[in-house]
Amino acid sequence: MSGPRLVRLPESIVEIVSDAGEGAQKAAVSFAQVCAKAGNGLWTVEIIPSEIQPPPHTTGSASGNRIRLAEQSPVTNVGNLANVVFAFNEMALLSRYEAKSVADDALILIDNQWATHAIESYQQSYREVLAMAREKGATILEVPLEEETLKHVDNPQHGKNMFAVGLLCALFNKDLEILKEVIQGVFKKKTREVIDTAIRVAIAGYQYGLANLESQFDVPALPTDDEKVAMNGNTALALGAIAAGFDLCSMYPITPATSASHVLSEIFEDFGGFVHQAEDEIAAIGVALGASYAGKTALTITSGPGMALKTEFQGLAVMTETPLVIVDVQRGGPSTGLPTKIEQGDLLHCLYGTPGDAPKVVLAASTIEECYYILSTAKKIAEEFRMLVIVLSDANLATGQQLFTRPDISRTSRRAPLDLSPVPEGSLPYDWDPVTGLSQRFIPGQPGGMGVITSLNHDRNGKACYDSERNQRGHQMRSRKLAALQKSLHPPEINGDAEGELLLVGWGSTKGAIEEAVEQARSNGLSVSSVNIQFLSPLPPGLKKIFSRFKKVMTVELNYSDDWDDPLINQENRRYGQLAWLLRANTLLDIDCYAKVPGRPLMPIEILEEIQKQVRQEPVTSNL
Amino acid sequence: MPSILEECIGESCAVGAHSIEDYQSEMPRWCKGCGDHGVLAGLQRVMRKNNVDPENVVAVSGIGCSSRLPHYLRTYGFHGIHGRALPISTGVRLARPDMKVIVTMGDGDCFSIGGNHWLHAIRYNIDAVVLVLDNEVYALTKMQVSPTTPEGWKTNTTPRGTYLQPMNPIGVVVGMTNVSFVAQTATWLPAHLDETIEKAWDHKGLSFVRILQRCPVFMPQAFGEGGLNFPVTFLENENGIPVHPGLLKRGPAKPHNHLDINEALQVAASVDPAPMGLIYHNPELPTYEETRFGRRKRPDHDTFLKRLNSTMDRYAV
Repeated sequence: MSGPRLVRLPESIVEIVSDAGEGAQKAAVSFAQVCAKAGNGLWTVEIIPSEIQPPPHTTGSASGNRIRLAEQSPVTNVGNLANVVFAFNEMALLSRYEAKSVADDALILIDNQWATHAIESYQQSYREVLAMAREKGATILEVPLEEETLKHVDNPQHGKNMFAVGLLCALFNKDLEILKEVIQGVFKKKTREVIDTAIRVAIAGYQYGLANLESQFDVPALPTDDEKVAMNGNTALALGAIAAGFDLCSMYPITPATSASHVLSEIFEDFGGFVHQAEDEIAAIGVALGASYAGKTALTITSGPGMALKTEFQGLAVMTETPLVIVDVQRGGPSTGLPTKIEQGDLLHCLYGTPGDAPKVVLAASTIEECYYILSTAKKIAEEFRMLVIVLSDANLATGQQLFTRPDISRTSRRAPLDLSPVPEGSLPYDWDPVTGLSQRFIPGQPGGMGVITSLNHDRNGKACYDSERNQRGHQMRSRKLAALQKSLHPPEINGDAEGELLLVGWGSTKGAIEEAVEQARSNGLSVSSVNIQFLSPLPPGLKKIFSRFKKVMTVELNYSDDWDDPLINQENRRYGQLAWLLRANTLLDIDCYAKVPGRPLMPIEILEEIQKQVRQEPVTSNL
Repeated sequence: MPSILEECIGESCAVGAHSIEDYQSEMPRWCKGCGDHGVLAGLQRVMRKNNVDPENVVAVSGIGCSSRLPHYLRTYGFHGIHGRALPISTGVRLARPDMKVIVTMGDGDCFSIGGNHWLHAIRYNIDAVVLVLDNEVYALTKMQVSPTTPEGWKTNTTPRGTYLQPMNPIGVVVGMTNVSFVAQTATWLPAHLDETIEKAWDHKGLSFVRILQRCPVFMPQAFGEGGLNFPVTFLENENGIPVHPGLLKRGPAKPHNHLDINEALQVAASVDPAPMGLIYHNPELPTYEETRFGRRKRPDHDTFLKRLNSTMDRYAV
């Protein structure tokens, strides 16, 4: 037998889906680790149902992962349509077609037990879904997944996923030895017997692949000297919180933020910190604020609905100028919305959700690597400016895995002990610098610094006061800190030429997809550039200048906006995406938006289509 | 040779004995006849008695008349937002177990808008002196019904009388898991109030004290015109709040074992006459911060880096 033919590819997108609880997640994590260890660039995203045990064999039960692997690292986004789908049943496969996530010419691997299953309706839907896939142009490989797995284990639920991962490793020409090593790691808390069985089933899958595949894909890893790590954004936030020197994370469980607290709960105590799970979202920020007031800048981590509950305490942090860091891992809203899926809809809430004028710093991570570093920046700003800093992440960063350069631990700052030296006589609790609004706070325990800090308007002495002059002054001083911070920021870097037809502006995790689309468009000769904004409050300097060099400026965001051709919609009533709203107000330029809420990351290809639509549009109407 | 008197003065100066003035800040702006004045004075006296350094005390409050109290103490203070004094206090204790924490709240503040925090703070058992100044009405917002307003009484939001029986907060607290100290006193019994605050101060854990006090402006008739005609029973125990003979004019005394939760539950269920004194005490319960700190390690910088590095190894590829 000659064996499969080897096809070399620069990258590939693989989806593995099963019923919830059948282990596609674990198979995907194992496969991703094999690719990572082989040195492939990597981005993964979870496909998760919102329920723990949804009814099996339905599209709503599909659970798994998408893995984009490439020659080069870093991979910056989840990519376009899937090239390979490994489905444990046809409904899981159908769910991926319904999500418009599968390429027409995809290779589909599917368990063939349903073709002859005792339940008639399964047989029928299996035939129908496969016929649909074939019609689109898919190549289908029916795999006796259950049957083969049963040769090694009594319960196929505990083994099918390992057979699948073995088969995928054969398909992608991966080293079997690496796979064995990965499986040992994935099951390290299990018994020797469980590990041995898992490895045996995986080898069987691998051998089945070699014997039955017509072709193998080879996505070779380009050599690199960099040491790499692979983790998801919530893990990166957790490790970043430790490295930043936080001692306390006070939280209340909420999807998709909670897993950061799981990581912290596991290890934080070894580093001198701990996680406090409070009785509710309000208490979570209250405890963090109390700890910050007492001298230990604390962190609270939540998602949209939690942010809503925390707004009153945010106002208190702003009013008392107590440093505090909130991480908002955004999900789809409003209300409970799409708890496990991505959206960027908390932007304006973070900026303006607090009643009254409450200036605060808002910044966003755009990659998983940035999730690691961003909390050090946030903590520093919070402490130096006595400000509330909100760090935005999202469900895509939270649950996706990315390969990135291993952080240099030796550069982690030493955590300074609390300075409890006496406060010099005559010092004031709000000794505002008239230009920057900055002042030095007193920490409980400092002799001579006694006094109350209050949620009421107050003067330099910290005393409550109600007169118009001192109310105006308090607002001025709190606001001026933002201007002082803005002066230290740099204009954002432009991806592409500094002038042209179209500028795309994004923030957060859409960065990778936008840049990939822009690079593709530019290689096709289109005049387009992009900018990613990290600081949303204060906005960085130079935006108007940058925007003015393009004929059209358009935000790309995972937010709702009315489309121009929607019924009733005109120039007067169109609601723009949140970033567009913000930038229009800030620059007084007529900024358009490509804003939608698909509940999944944007694919580069859909952004590319929008670029083509915009740049071809002649003449470009704009009053920039 | 210095005289004995001079020696004593010299010695007390040398150890830095504090005077009442060291704990006094600005002149309180509460109404004349408000019981808050008495609670403030009691706190200042207990600090003076314990000679605590004012910089090592943090007074936390919510919103309401009684929540102005931190403004009038010359300690560190945090006048926060409505109902949320307890989460802030928990944060202070978790960050700084070296700080003595005093919490003052009103009945609406603690039992209504802050209800969830109240229940859970009892269970956490942080080390703090928690005083609820209960005047059975929302006063700062000008007379609305509170959870403890007596049934049928007229307020601005219940002009034809309240609809519900008042809540018995003592019953709630004594029924909460991990409760460690519950007492009830009243501002018209100044010596009893002072001694209750002292007992609460000395307890390690969350000392919950409900202080009955009428609002002279919006609810002057409360508590039988401020104690004149309010039936009480004093709980007597040699380790409880002393029942001085003068108190017996206000009501009878009865023996009570505050270490027995079942006796405490029984007492807590009775509202008329109101039980006054130490209702429940368990000095043995660990505080939340003790439990948490007990498991926490404090690595030096090198160990910290070593641990961070080996954590990172888990994610290395």
